[in-house]
Amino acid sequence: MNGDEACCEGALSAGCRFFAGYPITPATEIAESMSRRLPQLGGIFIQMEDEIASMAAILGASWGGVKSMTSTSGPGFSLMMENIGLGICTETPCVVCNVQRAGPSTGLPTSVGQGDVMQARWGSHGHYEIIVLAPASPQQMFDMTIRAFNLSEYYRLPVLILADEVVGHMNERVIIPREDEIEIINRRKPSVAREDYLPYEADTDGIAPMANCGDGYRIHVTGLTHDDRGYPAMNAAAQEQMIARLVDKIRNNREKIISTKNLYLDDAEIVVVSYGISARSAMQAVRNARDEGIKAGLIVLETIWPFPEELIRSVAPGAKAMIMAEINGGQLVLELERCACGACPVSLVSNFGGAIIHPNLILNAISKAAKGSI
Amino acid sequence: MDSLLRTERIPHIWCPGCGIGTVFSAVISAIKNTGWDPNSIAMVSGIGCSGRMSVYVDFNTMHTTHGRALAFATGLKMARPDMRVLVVMGDGDALAIGGNHFIHAARRNIGLTAIVINNSIYGMTGGQYSPATPAGTIASTAVYGTIEQPFSPCDLAAAAGASFVARSTVYHAVELDHLIERAMCKEGFALVEAVSYCHTTLGRLNRVGTAVDMMRALKEKGITQEAAAKLSPDERADKIVRGVLVDRDIPEYTAEYQKLIDRVQAAIA
Repeated sequence: MNGDEACCEGALSAGCRFFAGYPITPATEIAESMSRRLPQLGGIFIQMEDEIASMAAILGASWGGVKSMTSTSGPGFSLMMENIGLGICTETPCVVCNVQRAGPSTGLPTSVGQGDVMQARWGSHGHYEIIVLAPASPQQMFDMTIRAFNLSEYYRLPVLILADEVVGHMNERVIIPREDEIEIINRRKPSVAREDYLPYEADTDGIAPMANCGDGYRIHVTGLTHDDRGYPAMNAAAQEQMIARLVDKIRNNREKIISTKNLYLDDAEIVVVSYGISARSAMQAVRNARDEGIKAGLIVLETIWPFPEELIRSVAPGAKAMIMAEINGGQLVLELERCACGACPVSLVSNFGGAIIHPNLILNAISKAAKGSI
Repeated sequence: MDSLLRTERIPHIWCPGCGIGTVFSAVISAIKNTGWDPNSIAMVSGIGCSGRMSVYVDFNTMHTTHGRALAFATGLKMARPDMRVLVVMGDGDALAIGGNHFIHAARRNIGLTAIVINNSIYGMTGGQYSPATPAGTIASTAVYGTIEQPFSPCDLAAAAGASFVARSTVYHAVELDHLIERAMCKEGFALVEAVSYCHTTLGRLNRVGTAVDMMRALKEKGITQEAAAKLSPDERADKIVRGVLVDRDIPEYTAEYQKLIDRVQAAIA
């Protein structure tokens, strides 16, 4: 199946029973698959009038206690930003898959891009933390969509999947495990009675148990800065407390959230870092480099955000050079440079969108770096 | 009625003399009359003075983004057709930024009770004109007077496919109460336009007088459909026609989707 279809199947395996979306290339197949599959499972599909409404609808469904998802590409992703912020502020579990295409604006609707990386991190206004996963294959579209749901349920926030047009449209074999082999995490429910329950009072791990509509708790959910009771608290002290908790619940759990696949790193002198379809190109380039006797290694980012700062900080001092491969003008390379902190030179192999990066371009960069001429 | 309120949130933020208080009261009365379990009721609200209502009521309440309450409520109602979902918005929220969602919620005839409190202005932000503001009105973003024609949310909802459309004013509080109750009990998308006023912004900018003066104007302009039928178009132009304007039986969206699910699952079995 293709990546989009695999994303749909992963969501259903994770327990998603509500999808609201809007057609957009190259994510439309996720919506189409959902429209066909959800009624079969007693779930709900609705095509909303735009992406803004789609994001609002999945938040509403989530508060109704149903795991929900939407999918889109760049232009729709931009529209969803305000309501993603609402999801973050109200701590609403849900999943948003952006199958990236070349932007900005209408761009190349049918061609690959990876230019929404910084937008995925900071696209909504205000300060916040977010979790973003980057699948590099249809199998990973399946697996990571399940992970996205589990993370969103546990940490109570919208979790973003940043796929790309190639991963979304490529056809590969996808192994779907038996139902009892798949780990599913559900949102924590309150264990106390209504009188003792504070909707936004966190447990020791920074996460507050969530009461859904109709559970009997009758809570208030608002995008205004709020206190532990969920009521608007319009002052700097409340802002400080609320934002700190939203940020800390992710920052303090980075180790559990961040996921990378590290190849040939132990003795690597030239370390390539990549994600999504570009990681597939990078994998080929690193293997070719090794065949030529170059000590190349690869870090595949399975989570883009939070960015694996600690890993980069530990690898950079021992590397001769690090290379980022991404299909944009250089976005995640900025994080790589920041974390390498001058310990080694950092270079970029990229294009602005429309084509995948040929492995030879990355191989050339590896060779140059190995010779010391980055 | 206190049992239906979050009394710890009172005093509320609305200005003395504001019509929103009357709508709030009507909503609470209507719900009390139905005897529904508060756990089964959700109120989703937008942004603005009208949208602030949700924090004061003891139901499952959600204060969402500007203009998007109906979309949020659509997701909630689809996921939980068993919940009774009220959506409270102002005229700017529902008709300007929320216009698209307003049209489609009505078109789908999804089982929501939409209450649009229409004071013809953006009150919370200081008096900007809205799609409901009469042409020639002075507003903070129209110091020379607006040149835009307003439109009627009732006409829009009716044209889009709502099964129930009604209008009243905050002067006609008892009627408002009854219309809201009828709307809540109606299957499908039910709109109640509660015509109000903002003496703090529009009233002051246009020197129309006090809250009492503006309330009196609603009394004079608010006429029944029978009375309206007897007037010429010119005489009718500045009147507010009250009552049930549309009441029809059309399939409700969540019920139709459930039929679809049943059909699909039967075919598989």
